[in-house]
Amino acid sequence: MAQIFSRGTNYLAKASIVGLVLLVGGASTAFGMLWWSPYRSDVGVSVQQVVPFSHEHHVSGLGLDCRYCHTSVEDSSFAGIPPTHTCMGCHSQVWTDAPMLEPVRNSYRTNTPLVWNRVHDLADFAYFNHGIHIQKGIGCVTCHGQVDQMPLMRKTNTLFMSFCVDCHRDPAKYIRPKDKVFDMAWTPDRPQSELGPELVKQYDVQTSQLIDCTVCHR
Amino acid sequence: MSTPPLDIEGVRARLAGKQGPEYWQALEELSDSAEFQKLVHDEFPPLASEWPEGLDRRRFLKLMGASFALAGLTSACGTIKTPREQILPYVNEPENMVPGKALHFASAMPFQGYGRGVLVESHLGRPTKVEGNPGHPASLGATDIFMQASILSLYDPDRAQNALYRGEIGTWAEFSSRMSQQASTYAMSQGEGLRILTGAVTSPTLVAQLEALLQKFPKARWHQYEAVSRDNAWDGARLAFGREVETLYRFDKANVVLSLDSDFLYELPGSLRYSREFINRRRIDSDRLGEGTALMNRLYVVESGRSLAGGMADHRLALRAADVEAFARAVAQRLGIEAGGKALPEGVSAEWIEALVADLKANSGASVVVAGENQPPAVHVIAHLINSALGNTGQTVVYTDPVEAHPVNQAQALHELVDDMNAGRVKTLIILGGNPVYTAPADLPFLEAMKKVELRVHLSLFADETSEWCHWLIPAAHYLEAWGDVRAHDGTVSIVQPLIAPLYEGKTSHEILSILLGETGQTPYDLVRKYWQTKLARTDFDAFWRKSLHDGFMADTAFAPVTVAVSGTVPPPTERPAGEGLEIQFRCDPSLWDGEWANNGWLQELPKPFTKITWGNAALISPATAEGLGFGKASEWRESPLATLEYGGRSLTVPVWVLPGLADNSVLVHLGHGRPLGAWGSRERKEADAIGFNAYALRTAAAPAFGFGATLTKAAGTATLACTQLHHSFANRRGIIRSATLGEFLKEPDFVKHWQHHDDSYSLYPDYEYNGYAWGMAVDQQACIGCNACVIACQAENNIPVVGMDQVIRGREMHWMRIDTYYSGSPENPRAFNQPMLCQHCEKAPCEPVCPVGATVHSHEGLNEMVYNRCVGTRYCSNNCPWKVRRFNFYQYTDRTTESLKPMRNPNVTVRQRGVMEKCTYCVQRINLARIEAKKQGRRIRDGEVVTACQQACPTRAILFGDINDPDSAVRRQKAQPHNYAVLGELNTKPRTTYLARLTNPNPALAAFEPPYESEVQ
Repeated sequence: MAQIFSRGTNYLAKASIVGLVLLVGGASTAFGMLWWSPYRSDVGVSVQQVVPFSHEHHVSGLGLDCRYCHTSVEDSSFAGIPPTHTCMGCHSQVWTDAPMLEPVRNSYRTNTPLVWNRVHDLADFAYFNHGIHIQKGIGCVTCHGQVDQMPLMRKTNTLFMSFCVDCHRDPAKYIRPKDKVFDMAWTPDRPQSELGPELVKQYDVQTSQLIDCTVCHR
Repeated sequence: MSTPPLDIEGVRARLAGKQGPEYWQALEELSDSAEFQKLVHDEFPPLASEWPEGLDRRRFLKLMGASFALAGLTSACGTIKTPREQILPYVNEPENMVPGKALHFASAMPFQGYGRGVLVESHLGRPTKVEGNPGHPASLGATDIFMQASILSLYDPDRAQNALYRGEIGTWAEFSSRMSQQASTYAMSQGEGLRILTGAVTSPTLVAQLEALLQKFPKARWHQYEAVSRDNAWDGARLAFGREVETLYRFDKANVVLSLDSDFLYELPGSLRYSREFINRRRIDSDRLGEGTALMNRLYVVESGRSLAGGMADHRLALRAADVEAFARAVAQRLGIEAGGKALPEGVSAEWIEALVADLKANSGASVVVAGENQPPAVHVIAHLINSALGNTGQTVVYTDPVEAHPVNQAQALHELVDDMNAGRVKTLIILGGNPVYTAPADLPFLEAMKKVELRVHLSLFADETSEWCHWLIPAAHYLEAWGDVRAHDGTVSIVQPLIAPLYEGKTSHEILSILLGETGQTPYDLVRKYWQTKLARTDFDAFWRKSLHDGFMADTAFAPVTVAVSGTVPPPTERPAGEGLEIQFRCDPSLWDGEWANNGWLQELPKPFTKITWGNAALISPATAEGLGFGKASEWRESPLATLEYGGRSLTVPVWVLPGLADNSVLVHLGHGRPLGAWGSRERKEADAIGFNAYALRTAAAPAFGFGATLTKAAGTATLACTQLHHSFANRRGIIRSATLGEFLKEPDFVKHWQHHDDSYSLYPDYEYNGYAWGMAVDQQACIGCNACVIACQAENNIPVVGMDQVIRGREMHWMRIDTYYSGSPENPRAFNQPMLCQHCEKAPCEPVCPVGATVHSHEGLNEMVYNRCVGTRYCSNNCPWKVRRFNFYQYTDRTTESLKPMRNPNVTVRQRGVMEKCTYCVQRINLARIEAKKQGRRIRDGEVVTACQQACPTRAILFGDINDPDSAVRRQKAQPHNYAVLGELNTKPRTTYLARLTNPNPALAAFEPPYESEVQ
C-alpha cells in the first residue's frame, strides 16, 4: 500500500508543534492586548457630550471647586451630577447667547434633563462609594486623573478590578492628607512611602478588611 | 413530594417504640420509607437536576457547540466593550434628595380597612421597601407579609392601567363628567337608586364624605362587604353589650391566655402588636431565672385549623369549628356563668377543662380569653362573659368604641343590596374596591342581580371578575400613590402619605365621591387635609399636620377605653343536624387573604405556615379522617389524590392534603384561590391556568365560616402540589430542634448541651482571627411564631426572584431564608416548632473549601461571602452545605425585561443572573452602609445600628443581629444564654447563627395529656 503522506510531511508535523505554540500564544497576546486596550476600557478616549463641557476651563480656568457641582461627593455613594439649575446659576448671566449652551437653556426652559454620556462607569455588581474614599484621603486625581487639564472628559484609568484592588491592597501608595483631596496638583512633600503608612494609621484605614469581596460586591 | 405515602399504623408503631422527643417535619418522614430516604439523600427533589423537557443529549451538544461558536464571535465583535450608559441629572434638584442616599417616609397601609404604620424606603423617588413604623401602635416597627409584599403590588405590571368604559379605553375626564351628570339627576330624586359598596371603612375623611353623600342624597345607600368580615365579633358585642365595641387585648399583662379558635397572632387588626406583647411575656432571660414559673405566660389554644397561635400553644386541643362553642360553654359553666349546654364536645375530657378553669381562676385579672373571628357570636359573648367574670375587663381586656365607622353586619348588607338589585331598586352601583363577584357567597346570585343595575362602576387595583361586568373600571391608586387616612386597631389616625405619583391613572375613593358631592377638581390631598383642618380647628394646624406626616400617625388619637357591662346572655346552642357528616371550614388563605393578593408572586410562592404549600390550595384533613375516607392507605400515591368536595349541592374537584393536628371529621379549605394570574384580558391569562380551586364556589351566606354535610370522595387522578416542606430537609440529623418545659429548664438551664456528645474544639483548619467586627445572629425559637414576615422581607430586600409553581415543585425556590416547621408527638395533635433557617455563616464553612473558583470566601468579619461574578455554577458549595441554605439560579428567574419591576429592586443589591449560586449575606449592604457612616464619623458601629431585613420585619423580635466581638452587644448577651445552641453544632463548623431553644410552659395538672418532653438524646 502506498504511503498516504510524503516524507516532507514529517517536517510539517514538527513545524506544526512550534506553529501551534505560536498560534495559541499569538492569539492570547492579541486577545490580552484587546482586553486591556482603550478599545475596551475607553482610557484616554474623550467622550462626546451634548454640551462640550470643559473641566479644564471651569476648574483651572475659573477655579471652581469640584464640590460646586458634585455636591454629594463627600457624603453619598454618588458624587452627583449638577442639575441644570446649577449651570444656569452662572449661565443666565454669562454666555447667555452662546449657541453651545443652547441644550442647557432648552433643558431649563422645558424642564427636561440634559442627557450626559457616562465616562466613569463601573460594572453594576461593583458598589463604589465616593463619600468614604474622600473621607479617608483618596484624592479625586487618583482615579479620575487631572480633570483640570481635560477640555473634554476622559478616563485616565481603566477602573477595572485590578485598578481598585491595587489600592485596596495597599492604600499607603495613594493616600493623601484629607485637606489635599480636591487638590488637582498635589504631590507629596516627602516620599509617599513614608507619608502613606502614617496617614493610613492616622485615618484608621482597616487594610485587612479592605480586600473582603463584600466591601465592593454584594 | 406531595402526598404522604401514609401508613398511619406504621407511624404509630414507629412512634410507640420511641423514647424522648422525636422531631419530624412531615408524615413521610415518620413512615420512613425508602423513597423518603432517597429524597433526603438527594439534595434537591429528584427532578431538580433533570433536563428541561425535550432536550436530549444530542440536541444539548448541538446547542452547546452553537453557543460556543456564537460566544467566540460576539466577544470578538465588540461585546467586550462595556455598554455606554447615560446620566440624567435633575433640572431642579428637590430639596433633601441626594442621589445615592435613601429617604424614608412614614405612611400607613390600609388592610381590611384598618391601618398599619409603615416607613417606606425611597431611592430617587422610587419606593423600594416597606418597613414597620416603630412609633405606630399597630406596627411597633414590625411588618406582616402583606405590608412587605405591597411593594410588589405597586409595581405589578398586571394592574389596571386605564379607565375602561364598556371594555374600551375611557378617560377620567369623561367619567367625571358622566358622574357629574348623574349627580345632578340624583339631586332631583334624592339619590333614589344610588348605591355605594365599600369594604370596612375606618378612614375619617372617607366616612365624612360618605355621610355627606347620604345627607345630600337621603335615599342613596351605603353597603359594606368584606369576604372575611368581622361580623361575628360585632354581633357578639351587640349581644353582650347592646352596642358595638372594639375589644383590645393587653397580652403584656396576661399570665394565661385561652384562644377559642382565634389566631390572635395573625387575623386581628392589632395582631402585630399582640404578637410582640404576647411573646414579650414568654421571652427567657437567664438573669431572671429567679422569677421561676412567672417567667412565662401559658397559652391554651382550642382550634379547628392550624393557626400561628396554635403553633405556640402550651396546650392545644384540636376541635371541629362547631365544637368550640360547646367547649366555650363548658368553660363558662365551670366559671359560674350560665351559658347553657353542659355537654362536653367529643374528645374533650372534663379533667382538661377543670385544669384550664383552675388556671384561669388562679390568674383572675391577669388572663385573656380570645374568641376567634370565625366563631359564631355566641362564642364572642361567652368570651366577654368569662373575661368579665375573671375580672380581666379593664385589665387585660379593654373595650373602646368601634374603629370601623359603621360596623354593620356585612353579610346582611350584601344580602340587602342583592335583594334591591333584583327588585330593580338600584340604578347606579359604585363599587369602591373589593371584588364582590368573586367573593360573594355561592348561594347569593350577586352577579345576576348586579347585571340588572343600569350603571355599574368599579374602582379597583386590578381588572377582575367584578370589573368585567361593570360599565366603568376606574384603576385605583395604590396606597403608596395617593393621599388618604386610616385608623389603626386602637383608633390612632395615620395619614396615608404617597411616595410616588400614580404610575397609571390611579384614582381614590375620595375622588369619586367628591364628584358626586359636586366638589370636582379636588385632589385627595386637598380633601384629606381640609377634613382634618376643619375637624381639629387648631391654630397650629400646619405644624401639627407636618408632625403627623413625619411621625406617621396623629398623636393622641387612639380611642379612650369605654366602660361597658355585659348585659346580654348567651344565645342558646344552635341545634346541630342529626347525622351531621363532615364539617367544612372556610378560612382566608394565610398568604392571599381573601384573594385580594392572588396576583402577588411573592405571596403565592410563600410557603404557607404548617402546610408549606405554595401556588395553590388543598382540602386539608386530619390523618385519621384521611384514613377514614379512604385516602390514608394510599401509599402508592406519589402525589395528592384528587377528590370531589361536595357541599350544599355544589361540588369542586380538589387535591387532598393531610395536615397533622387538624380535628377529625372536618375539612378545611382556604379561600382566595382558583384564579388565573396575569392581567385581565391579556393573552397570558388563561382560565384553564387557574391556580388552586375557588372555595367561594361552595361558601354559602348562611355559613361563611363553617358548615356541615360536606362529603369528600375520592376522584380519579392526582395533582402535584408545590409544597416545600421536605425541600432542603436535613432530616436524619439530631438535635436540630431542642426544647424543654420551663420546669426542666429551671432545673437545668443548659439542657441543650445534652445533644453534644463529644469535644468539638479541635479542627484541621486554622482558626481565623477576628480583630474588628464579628457579625453574628441569634434566633430565638421561643419567639418565632412562623408568620413568614422575615421571608418576604428578605425577598424584598435582596431582589430575590419568584420562580413559579413548576420550579418550586422541582425544589428550586430561591428564598434565602425559610421557616422550617418541625413536629413532635403523634400526628393527631403534634406540637409544632418553627425554625427560621438561613445561612449560618460558619467560621469554618464547609462550602468554602470546595468551591473551585473561590466564589464563596470568608471575610475578615466572619461573613461567608458569595461572589456572584466568580460563580460558575458547579453547585459543590450547595452539596456541601449541611443546612441546605444555598440557592441556585437554574434559569434566568429574575425578570429583566418588565419595565415596571425595575424601579422596585433594591439598588444596593446585585440582581443575579442565571447560573449563579446565592444565599443569605447577613444583609451585607446594610452592614456596609452602617460601616461607611460610622467611619465617616470616626467611630465604631453601634450595637443595633445594623439591622437585617428579617430582623427588622419580625413582629416578635425573634432575630437579633450584631457584633459578637462587642462584649456589650445584645446578640452576644443572647448567645450567652444557657439555652443557646448551634444547629448541627457537632459538625464543628462554628456557625455564627445560633438558636435559643424553644421552651413551653405546660400546666402540670395536664401532664397526662401531653407527650413527654425529655431533654435526653435518643
